[in-house]
Amino acid sequence: MKTETEPVTGADTTWTGAIGRRLTRELPPEKVFPGRQPVYVQSWTYVFGVLTIAAFVVILVSGVWLSLLGPAWWHTSKVGLFVNSLHFWSVELFFVVMVVHLWGKFFMAAWRGKRAMTWMTGALAFLLSIGCAFTGYLSQQNFASQWIASEGKDGMNSVGVGAFFNVLNFGQMFMWHILLLPVGIGALTVIHVLMVRRRGVVPPYLAKNQAPSDVLPERIPADTEAQDGGAR
Amino acid sequence: MSSRTTKPYRRGDHVEGWIGGTRRYDIVKEGVIALAVMSLFTVGLAVLFGSPDDQPVTLRSWSQAAPADFMAAALSELDYSSEVAGYGPPYTGDTSAAQKIGPLCLQCIPGTRIPIDTAQEFVIKPLQTETADEPALADALRTYAAAPAKQQAAWTGAYGNALGSIRQPAGGINLPRSDPAFGPVALMMQEELRLAQSGGLDGALLQTKQMYQTDYTKPILFISGGSYFEDQAAARHLLGGQWGMMNETGSWPGQPWLWLYSFWYQVKPFSDENTTLGANADAWIWAIMMVVALLFVLLPVIPGLRRLPYHLKVYRLIWRDYYRTVEGKA
Repeated sequence: MKTETEPVTGADTTWTGAIGRRLTRELPPEKVFPGRQPVYVQSWTYVFGVLTIAAFVVILVSGVWLSLLGPAWWHTSKVGLFVNSLHFWSVELFFVVMVVHLWGKFFMAAWRGKRAMTWMTGALAFLLSIGCAFTGYLSQQNFASQWIASEGKDGMNSVGVGAFFNVLNFGQMFMWHILLLPVGIGALTVIHVLMVRRRGVVPPYLAKNQAPSDVLPERIPADTEAQDGGAR
Repeated sequence: MSSRTTKPYRRGDHVEGWIGGTRRYDIVKEGVIALAVMSLFTVGLAVLFGSPDDQPVTLRSWSQAAPADFMAAALSELDYSSEVAGYGPPYTGDTSAAQKIGPLCLQCIPGTRIPIDTAQEFVIKPLQTETADEPALADALRTYAAAPAKQQAAWTGAYGNALGSIRQPAGGINLPRSDPAFGPVALMMQEELRLAQSGGLDGALLQTKQMYQTDYTKPILFISGGSYFEDQAAARHLLGGQWGMMNETGSWPGQPWLWLYSFWYQVKPFSDENTTLGANADAWIWAIMMVVALLFVLLPVIPGLRRLPYHLKVYRLIWRDYYRTVEGKA
């Protein structure tokens, strides 16, 4: 059978091809799954990023487990109450490790060297996480939910947000909690991690008057400002 | 990545230009260990401490536990003297109580998107569901609806004064003796209490054209109108002035990450409702927190602030091993 084909005319000019080339260039496998890291990546501070992701996974798993039997299940079942406890404590741990991660990155000035968007996506994920936890508290269907809704409405209404984001509306808050906000946090987390992999882990500020050739770049900037670089 | 590379250092491209030493790193192994650690901690804490689940307040439980407080709140909804009746947007059209940031009233912009006529929604409509078996209540509602606002106010005022002048027992209620000055209001309020104590009012406030309901705006607004609800929260250290925004019922941790938001409510002028800033505290604190959030996100591009970590020098502690190596070889 004879098949007509378009002649091959050099580079693949399709959108798919362009995206593929861009991804391959920016995120080659050795960057996404590195086998080695610079020597300075040797501090407990680095552990808290991956712990944050791990806690997020535990939150998602316990949340999915809760969702299997509906939002009221945990009020009437001992197993349900335990799963709710898993969800509750994983959220508390998530925030503990995320805040340590955040402070660590602040003290490292981890936005140096074209890493501003990495910081910003992480910061946005943190803010969305606060919103997700808040809507979670509103979705508990107990006294705490009622009280938080009753008090929270005044803050929301005072700036006009409450007219659209009604914290007294359980259905609306529940959907934000189990779908919209987790999807947002998940997406930001993926982008955040890929940005870390793309640029690599931010190196230390240059130690003043130190230039041993085996650990510092070949061409050393005149002062720390050059490596500090700012955000671009 | 090999331990050495010949690529030159490029400004702002640290890792790719990094020609120093490297160390083994297994990202997948690290992730698996982290997941195991967080799972173990979570299970341990859940087993040891569980999680809170205090029963919600319902109109039924409130009216049974504190009927006098319920009656006072219900009467304030009927005569439009309650907080919700004068709240402003998004519940009512009167913007006089709406919060402002200086001359700017953001609360006023959306208008009445969730309209609540407290007399109709919380008292009259629920009572109308009971009129089929109670002709006297039907007459009372007709009389009340037909009366001019001034007459309605005279009836509710007389009934409120009488109710307030009677010493009320804890957990019980003494209703005023029959008086023509109360008009139909006495019967209406008695029926409102009966309906609430039977649980019927909880259902009536959720009633719409559909069967399935997920919106608890009306019952929570009604419940928050009484002092019983606030007393319950105060006993659990949940009031705004008790850092309640961060607290949880019982001894469980709540939302400590809201400490900064909660902090502003503890300090003057925001904690003093008699000041202009205190009366508009919610709006001002929201504005402050939005600015803080913006600074937080945009930190890398804010001159001065982005250099702060360099001056704080905590980085020397984080990378102490690295600097020890570097400085030791200098």
